[in-house]
Amino acid sequence: MSKIKAENVNVYYGSKQALFDVSIDIAEKEVTALIGPSGCGKSTFLRCLNRMNDVIEICRVEGSIKMDNLELNSRKLDVVRLRENVGMVFQKPNPFPKTIYENVAYGPTIHGIAQSKEEMDQIVETSLKKAALWNEVKDRLDEIGTGLSGGQQQRLCIARAISVSPEVILMDEPCSALDPIATAQIEELIDDLKKEVTIVIVTHSMSQAARVSQKTGFFHLGKLIEFGPTDKIFKNPDNQQTQDYITGRFG
Amino acid sequence: MNLILVTFIVLLAFTSYYFGRKKALVIQSSQRLTALPKFYGYYLAAWCAAPALIIFILWSVFEPSIVKTFILQDYTDQNLTKNELQLIYTKVKALALGNYSGNITNFLDASADKYIQLKGIANSAKVAIILAILIFSLSYAYRSVQKNDRMREPVEIFLKWVLFVASLGAVLVTIGIIFSLLFEAIRFFQAVKFFDFIFGTHWYPAKTFVRDGQPDPELMKDAFGAVPLFAGTFFIAFIAMCVAIPIGLLSGIYLSEYAGRGVRKYAKPIIEILAGIPTVVYGFFAALTVGPFVKEIGNAMGLEVSAESALAAGAVMGVMIIPFISSLSDDVITAVPQNLRDGSYAMGATKSETVKKVIFPAALPGIVGSILLAVSRAVGETMIVVMASGLAANLTMNPLESTSTITAQIVVILIGDQQFGDPKTQSAFALGISLFIVTLFLNVIALSVVKRYREKYE
Repeated sequence: MSKIKAENVNVYYGSKQALFDVSIDIAEKEVTALIGPSGCGKSTFLRCLNRMNDVIEICRVEGSIKMDNLELNSRKLDVVRLRENVGMVFQKPNPFPKTIYENVAYGPTIHGIAQSKEEMDQIVETSLKKAALWNEVKDRLDEIGTGLSGGQQQRLCIARAISVSPEVILMDEPCSALDPIATAQIEELIDDLKKEVTIVIVTHSMSQAARVSQKTGFFHLGKLIEFGPTDKIFKNPDNQQTQDYITGRFG
Repeated sequence: MNLILVTFIVLLAFTSYYFGRKKALVIQSSQRLTALPKFYGYYLAAWCAAPALIIFILWSVFEPSIVKTFILQDYTDQNLTKNELQLIYTKVKALALGNYSGNITNFLDASADKYIQLKGIANSAKVAIILAILIFSLSYAYRSVQKNDRMREPVEIFLKWVLFVASLGAVLVTIGIIFSLLFEAIRFFQAVKFFDFIFGTHWYPAKTFVRDGQPDPELMKDAFGAVPLFAGTFFIAFIAMCVAIPIGLLSGIYLSEYAGRGVRKYAKPIIEILAGIPTVVYGFFAALTVGPFVKEIGNAMGLEVSAESALAAGAVMGVMIIPFISSLSDDVITAVPQNLRDGSYAMGATKSETVKKVIFPAALPGIVGSILLAVSRAVGETMIVVMASGLAANLTMNPLESTSTITAQIVVILIGDQQFGDPKTQSAFALGISLFIVTLFLNVIALSVVKRYREKYE
């Protein structure tokens, strides 16, 4: 079933066009991987899905992006509500310089989700458990989040993202700053999370795309070259460029 | 004479630079150079100028005291005090230079002749020695160049020493200022008890002034109480901060987070212009515009307002300090990493929530640092207070009355005639050093807070 349907999305940074007529269907409760060489527009596309491009003054988005028949690329859209539904995990772990507890409680607080202290404790605990971090931090929830290791920080950011029970989580190269063990933990986590949420992940690692995703899109120079089931893209792509990229002949 | 000598040394150094470089190019034709040709020039120039200039400076420093010793040798058998000897030497010097107007005794005349003679010998000796040194050091350096010795290292070592001497000078001047403050303050505290100064509540140093005599020690007890000055200083600084912190901080947040690039481009320099207005201008603005305005409003409300009120001075000082806080806090807020903002926005936080919950706490140490720097600036501010808040040291907490500060009192003490040995004059040094300690303390705290903040995002 389709969760997000993008049609003819064009993105401009000032006069420079970054995305050309991208159309893509992202299925519900699946992991969709976006791959491609640096600067190909995959992160730009990802940031369209929760309107993070609004933060960049010179950025302009055209086209239609529908999530459950709600037009995302519209002036009237309530961006706060959208971002409550579409969480995001960034390339570099970016916990707030606050305690671990406050980091996870941040979203529920600003959206007024928890009614009482007990409820908030419960949300923090479940989020940390889902992010596979609870056992490591349950005795030091009042320590500063930035004091954790890189992999723990990234899982804390995932816990922060899922604390408001979003329907979609966007991940922008979530493992590029992590070592292989932390990467394996995050990938395992992605596998668990897809039972409940739709995940879109941008990655530079093709093996990671092959391991975690069900669908893969290949971007090149701002265009979506090929999109389809991960198996097909990696084993038998239709497009010669995709074939070259996957086998490491360019990019 | 001295000017000609120095010019000669400098010109010779420039010439030897070109000469050394040219020589290097000649050497280059037969063997490999040890450094770039310009190093040969630097080497020769340094050897030419440095020894001669060092000797020149040392000579100029020591010559007067040596001449003085020779002159005063003739007077040693007369059992004179140090001050009398000094007076004689001054007379001799004046006579020798032809601008003495007292009685000329034979003794003085003889000494003056001796002075002129000694000066002449000293001058020719100086020229001779310096020329000798120039010839010696240049020929030594030239031989090294000819032998094609290594040139790069000596030049680098020389530059290192030049830099070292420059920083040494800066440090020594600072230490010198502190010590001169300290010694005069110690002499003040010999006349006035330390606790009378720190805890006394009356500041009226003019009371102790007695022409050509020692002031009454009883009077001293009650004239140098610094409490009203400290209270006034911090009170006015407090009023200033009440104006500067809210406006500065909020405008800093606006500039860094809300303002578009166009607004920021023009607004920031305009705010920074406030910091470039001379404090004297702020002073008469406070005295002639704000002071009477405050008085009028106060009178209209039925309050008794002094024309020179702490409120007017503090408010104008606050305006002066706004750019410090707004510019510094703008910088520290901009320095908060963008990915923290992204993290907050991606959670669905609004701009104000992001500022309040993420950016402000993250930037807080830096903001506190900037505020402390602004406080030390306010505490040290002089002109505004002198012009707008009066010179009477009232111990008051009423912002509508006039009060005075440490800096303003130092001005009062040191303008006009003063005697150097007088406790009234020396009290300026005691005030100066207490002010120095207060601002030093604030600066140290501010810098350590800012430093801790910097380490956070490394």
